[in-house]
Amino acid sequence: MASVGKIARRTFLIGAAAVAGGVAVGYYSYRKPFPNPLETDLGKGEATFNPYVKIGADNTITIVAPRAEMGQGISTTLAVLVAEELDVGLEQVKVEHGPASYAYYNAAILEEGGPFAFFDESMTAQAVRSGLGVVGKFLALQVTGGSASARDGFDKMRQAGAAARHLLIAAAAQKLGVAATDLETANGSIVHKASGKSLTYGAVAAAAAATAPPAEVRLRDRADWKLLGKPQKRIDMLAKITGAPIFGIDVRLPDMLYGTVKMSPRFWARPVKADLAKAEKMPGVVKIVPLETNYGHGFGIIAQNTWAAFKAADAIDVQWADPEYPLSSAAISEVLKQALGTKGSVMRNNGDVDTAFADAPRERVIEADYAVPYLAHATMEPMNATARFSDGALDIWCGNQAPTLVRQLCANAVGIGHDKVTVHTTFMGGGFGRRVEMDYALFAALMAKETGGRPVKVTWTREEDMRHDAYRPAAVGKFQARLGDDGMPVAVDMRIASPSMIASTLRRLFPSISPIGPDKSIVDGAYDQPYTIPDYRVSGVAAPVSIPAGAWRSVGSSINGFFHEGFMDEIAAAGKVDPIEMRKKLMAAYPPAVKVVEKVAAMAKWGEALPAGKAKGMAFTLSFGSWVGEIVQVADTPAGIRVEKVWIAADVGTALDPGIIEAQLISGAIYGLSAAMGQQITFADGMVEQSNFHDFDAMRIFQCPVFEVAILENFHKMGGVGEVGTPPAAPALANAIFALTGKRIRTLPLSTTVAFA
Amino acid sequence: MRLTVDGQPFDIDADPDMPLLWALRDLVGKTGPKFGCGIAACGACTVHVDGQPVRSCSLPVGQVSGAVTTIEGIGTADRLHPVQQAWLEEQVAQCGYCQAGQIMSAVALLDEVDDPSDADIDNAMGGNLCRCGTYPKIRAAIRKAAALKTARL
Repeated sequence: MASVGKIARRTFLIGAAAVAGGVAVGYYSYRKPFPNPLETDLGKGEATFNPYVKIGADNTITIVAPRAEMGQGISTTLAVLVAEELDVGLEQVKVEHGPASYAYYNAAILEEGGPFAFFDESMTAQAVRSGLGVVGKFLALQVTGGSASARDGFDKMRQAGAAARHLLIAAAAQKLGVAATDLETANGSIVHKASGKSLTYGAVAAAAAATAPPAEVRLRDRADWKLLGKPQKRIDMLAKITGAPIFGIDVRLPDMLYGTVKMSPRFWARPVKADLAKAEKMPGVVKIVPLETNYGHGFGIIAQNTWAAFKAADAIDVQWADPEYPLSSAAISEVLKQALGTKGSVMRNNGDVDTAFADAPRERVIEADYAVPYLAHATMEPMNATARFSDGALDIWCGNQAPTLVRQLCANAVGIGHDKVTVHTTFMGGGFGRRVEMDYALFAALMAKETGGRPVKVTWTREEDMRHDAYRPAAVGKFQARLGDDGMPVAVDMRIASPSMIASTLRRLFPSISPIGPDKSIVDGAYDQPYTIPDYRVSGVAAPVSIPAGAWRSVGSSINGFFHEGFMDEIAAAGKVDPIEMRKKLMAAYPPAVKVVEKVAAMAKWGEALPAGKAKGMAFTLSFGSWVGEIVQVADTPAGIRVEKVWIAADVGTALDPGIIEAQLISGAIYGLSAAMGQQITFADGMVEQSNFHDFDAMRIFQCPVFEVAILENFHKMGGVGEVGTPPAAPALANAIFALTGKRIRTLPLSTTVAFA
Repeated sequence: MRLTVDGQPFDIDADPDMPLLWALRDLVGKTGPKFGCGIAACGACTVHVDGQPVRSCSLPVGQVSGAVTTIEGIGTADRLHPVQQAWLEEQVAQCGYCQAGQIMSAVALLDEVDDPSDADIDNAMGGNLCRCGTYPKIRAAIRKAAALKTARL
């Protein structure tokens, strides 16, 4: 039998096997570093310099990109950060995801976790940011999310490459007997120009890695970048167009069993009565086991093949207990509306809003109620994981956004130490926040305890996936504005109520921890926007609905982008002000925002007359550190409204790979448009009503608009790109529909009000 | 039961009701075709049977009499099909999970129509869902593939 390591290395391009990871370099080195996880599993002749670089004697250069590749291109961009400073081409390196390790903690994801807008550079805000960065290290979460991977890796991965190059040059200088300053690097070799002598990196890697890293390394000036700042060929493209077995669902191990799960369709509810007899007798069924987890209760079906498992799951007859939350969407909406009437947490409070509205003439006040539904992630690859539990050790293969959490929770679930768990992170067929959850991994780990050491690949049906998500929570908002004489807003009051995503996540992942303080995600995208309005208040209320809520691409900004920017458009219409001009005035204190608005307006030729039956709408959201304006053009057609064209201007501060960034901006917009046009998760009898793509569809190619994208770099801090295209998409579309039809739609999805072609 | 997949015969022991997709993935070992929905609504499982694109998740293996071609049978990393070559040049894939199905639908389209119009592309590709939103690049890649195919003739 081939070793698991060998199989995994053969099967995956990244992420397989217990390969390795390690030491922070450069300015991180003054803190006590985590050990380099790559040191414990080096191949023959391989040397490692830090958690990001391994070089073999044969000059095989391996870069570890320890973030989840779910389509956003991060494995390519992170590899380029190291390659740039190591002075090697991308085609010369192997890129791996690497093992689960605290060495790969994500500091940037928490940096913006404080109650400060991205543009707030006050001493308090900066102190909290740096403090939260330290917390990030303390918690050592290896997480992919918050559009933070490139920001987190930007310094430390470039330094890792630079430190390794420094050591390689020093070792070569010693071997050649020349001064290090007379050496240059090119294509993975160190060259002594004067003598024409050269050594490959591999030839000196072992000697170089044995020496102490420099205390400080000098990074290349931006003007000298060879790879960064330019579109690169993605390292994962060839595998993805040839059908290579790179996803969790493609894992194949010797003697492997297959399985699926049937979990309670009412969240947290237990089975009251279950008849397994019929299912157990079906051909190909090996075993049916109960599953009891923080993610809910149900059954794991182990079989000889996936189809047999699916059929058996269907044949299990269960009566589930009643849910602890309201049974129907209407009842849930009622809870949200009631929450909206209670005292919330004020996250922005400029001026004196109460006074501003107390003496406002009635005709100067506008009010609006907004609502958005629950949403599923619906990744193309349904949830799955493969696990093998033998000799007291657990191996688990799955696409996941948090390998150290997979390790921790699976170890606890099967009752072994963390050191007995090896996580093999595969490519992901979509993530969007769904794969930061742990349910698929836990279920597989528990089922692997029941197979006598045989591995089991557990694949969910689409129906199971759709009905057991950590959903983007529903939300409602009440918005008020007072207009001045010039039609501009002088006061706004925004209240948003939504179930707390943070509290919900803690219940699943760390049930012993009680959430403290307000959940900022309820107001993200509303309280932190670069508008100056004299009296400006934004408050959020956590609504008590315990349906699992989680991170859905752009999280709170997916909700509040629609609320805030829809309402801004209402203000402009009521005040008879052009929406672009209004934003330029309100954003005057934030030049990057103004430039984005001006750019997107120029691209779309905003203001020029359109033929009858066509209209444009715009929206702007600052999220995850990037300033994004979008304009959508719609057309009235006999078949319904057609989304014709979308213009996007985004200031990302520093654009590491314009090709990938453009693809992500378009991807984010399409994700947002898909949801805005037609998606909703509704409940009846305590269960999700939708089940598959026929009733939870997404944009199709024949609905896809033409895109035009501009990437700006005016702001001095780098922003994220994976999520930032999503928030302005829904409001820009709804605002365009208003411009086209005069109909103001304040509830998503739009398809409940208008028809789309 | 005997299946011909990518030019090779496979003898499998399958319930005739088992969808072709699961026979390919679990029994034959061809993981190129992907499971997405199980109801022919997303196209991730698209393969060719005698050159015709089919959704293998909804086709019982017992009803398959023709030769099955998967993504693994149309080209390899060393010898890419013109459609794959175009996908590479246009850098189409993001997560990549739907792309095997997209490519199989595009190959079938270009076998039928040398120079497809936008409407041809919409019709042929409308059943293939992509959650990453790679549609603009898919459209560009199909155009490029049409040109590449013509050039290779």
